[in-house]
Amino acid sequence: MAIIDLANPTRFLTLVNRVLPWLAALTIALFAVGLVRAMQAPDDYQQGATVKIMFLHVPAAWLSMMCWGVMSVAALGTLVWRHPLADVAGKAAAPVGAAFTFICLITGSLWGRPTWGTYWVWDARLTSVLVLFLLYLGVLALYWTAEDPGRGSRAAAVLTLVGAVNIPIIKFSVDWWNTLHQPASIMRMGGNAIDPSILWPLLIMAVAFTLLFFTLHLAAMRNEILRRRVRSMRIIQAQEARA
Amino acid sequence: MNLGPHADFIVAAYAVTIFVVAGLVAWVVLDYSAQRRILGDLEERGVTRRSHRKDEQ
Repeated sequence: MAIIDLANPTRFLTLVNRVLPWLAALTIALFAVGLVRAMQAPDDYQQGATVKIMFLHVPAAWLSMMCWGVMSVAALGTLVWRHPLADVAGKAAAPVGAAFTFICLITGSLWGRPTWGTYWVWDARLTSVLVLFLLYLGVLALYWTAEDPGRGSRAAAVLTLVGAVNIPIIKFSVDWWNTLHQPASIMRMGGNAIDPSILWPLLIMAVAFTLLFFTLHLAAMRNEILRRRVRSMRIIQAQEARA
Repeated sequence: MNLGPHADFIVAAYAVTIFVVAGLVAWVVLDYSAQRRILGDLEERGVTRRSHRKDEQ
């Protein structure tokens, strides 16, 4: 099957039905390994056992930004090529991205209280992630409340592309401004600053979260394709009833 | 495993994450079965998509 064939929703559904069980099994296996390694990881010399929150917070933060990246590519597909599968991909990714951003904010807050002495501070990193969460809610509102689905999709795609400006702001906020949030520890000049005993569980959890995202995204895309089929069949039913 | 004096924060972080992820999984699974059921009902009533009609012709 050529990649271009996947642009056909029926062929895409066939592929998703085949891939999804394997992807779900791999995700569960990686989470099992990652969680065991996370629980066995040593305490941090400064933060103690609270470093275990990092194994949830950091992957959720990465995914909150990656998901917006996926939605931005889908938004281009919607606006430039007007491809229905691109719109399906954007709409299916938004709730998943919003959930990961919510996890990032809550776990960060729960990690901040014992580490910084406060649940929340209006520094550039925390505020820009909160803005990302509000942008997710805005996109969801456009998808879910628009009377005309086509117009709602185009408006959501425009908001997604405008909101993409926030992603580099989140990434570099700790370098551009003085923040209570620490600077990057892994993807930074001079290599990572984390001991392998903590780094490996973190990387395994990050891959597990990434696979979870793709599993949920593909499953949500399948649901959205079916929902659109239901919608078109109901329109046909209504037209036939009127004729 | 000793979670130290801040165990409540660690447990709460894991509990919130499990709750949200379980909610996402439940949403996807329930939505799938709901859409399949509605599609089945429509097909039983003889409603077919236009692309299927083209195939039949």
